[in-house]
Amino acid sequence: MYYIDPHIHMVSRTTDDYETLAKMGCVAVSEPAFWAGYDRGSVDGFRDYFEQLTAFEPKRAAAYGIQHYTWLCINAKEAENVALSREVIAMIPEFLDRPGVLGIGEIGLNKNTKNEATVFLEHLDLAMKTDEQILIHTPHLEDKYQGTRMILDMLCDDSRISRDRVLVDHVEEHTVRHVLDEGFWAGMTLYPVSKCTPARAANIVEMYGPERLLVNSAGDWGPSKPTAVPDFILELRRRGHSESLIRRVVYENPQTFFGQSRGFVFQPPDVAEHADV
Amino acid sequence: MQSPPVLEQEFLPLRAKLLEIAAALDRFDRSEGNDAHEPRLLKIHTALDVLLHAGGDRAEQVQLIFSRSYEDDWREKFEMTNA
Repeated sequence: MYYIDPHIHMVSRTTDDYETLAKMGCVAVSEPAFWAGYDRGSVDGFRDYFEQLTAFEPKRAAAYGIQHYTWLCINAKEAENVALSREVIAMIPEFLDRPGVLGIGEIGLNKNTKNEATVFLEHLDLAMKTDEQILIHTPHLEDKYQGTRMILDMLCDDSRISRDRVLVDHVEEHTVRHVLDEGFWAGMTLYPVSKCTPARAANIVEMYGPERLLVNSAGDWGPSKPTAVPDFILELRRRGHSESLIRRVVYENPQTFFGQSRGFVFQPPDVAEHADV
Repeated sequence: MQSPPVLEQEFLPLRAKLLEIAAALDRFDRSEGNDAHEPRLLKIHTALDVLLHAGGDRAEQVQLIFSRSYEDDWREKFEMTNA
């Protein structure tokens, strides 16, 4: 089955992963800007990173027949540095019209501090002024519920925001209902220990239906599995769910959501997928 | 494709996961200086109690046990409003 991974950090993965993804039916990836594992020292560090995301990484993906899209921001972890964040936010517009740029992301909260919330709001303001979609990181573990509620408060306070153009990612059992009830898209991240599993994500689809739900691997520089979306496909098949339901979540929903971005120019495969792909 | 019975699919994986939990708690009991009243351990025990009660929302309840609470006056505490 063809699928799109809506959230994966390919800058931190090898070409072996691109080859594996291509063999498993991945036709496109969406890569938000994230924390590299260390705090960058200056706005130029981010400029170089955005150059990598918008110019180099799409070429690396294309070598394996995978279409690459990206999002730009200063991530929630580094947002604690408000001064640097404002420099980065001022620089983002230089890259917004590059091919494949889908919007602002992954913005959000990390430890739910005032500085993080301040920078989050300034990203929202940029997104509204430049008419961009938004991809949001919700915090990990014990911070997720509190942070997600705070994020939803800030989103709902801003009447300029079209809720169907916003993806709130890394939802789990205690946050998904809040996100969906407010009219946003919800992303389930299949990531060891700190996030969801294919089985739990399948449960969420069974409880809430496939509307406005996405599933991703968030494969990055830590222990993670870039092929987690195929694991989810297999789990739903194992439970006897229809191919149309599975395709809705892993292939059609990403196109529906990303299709709202002017930067999403997607070429569907010209070969019909086989039932056993 | 016919849906297989859930218990047929889940019994062995569930048994394995329960054994992992049991083994981890045994290991904790064997460890020196363990504190039976450590807050994180108390949360684990609370979460285990939740598993015994049907209601269809065990996962959500367990998540909330391990979550920081949300306070709807956080904007006032941060002295923030949307610009």
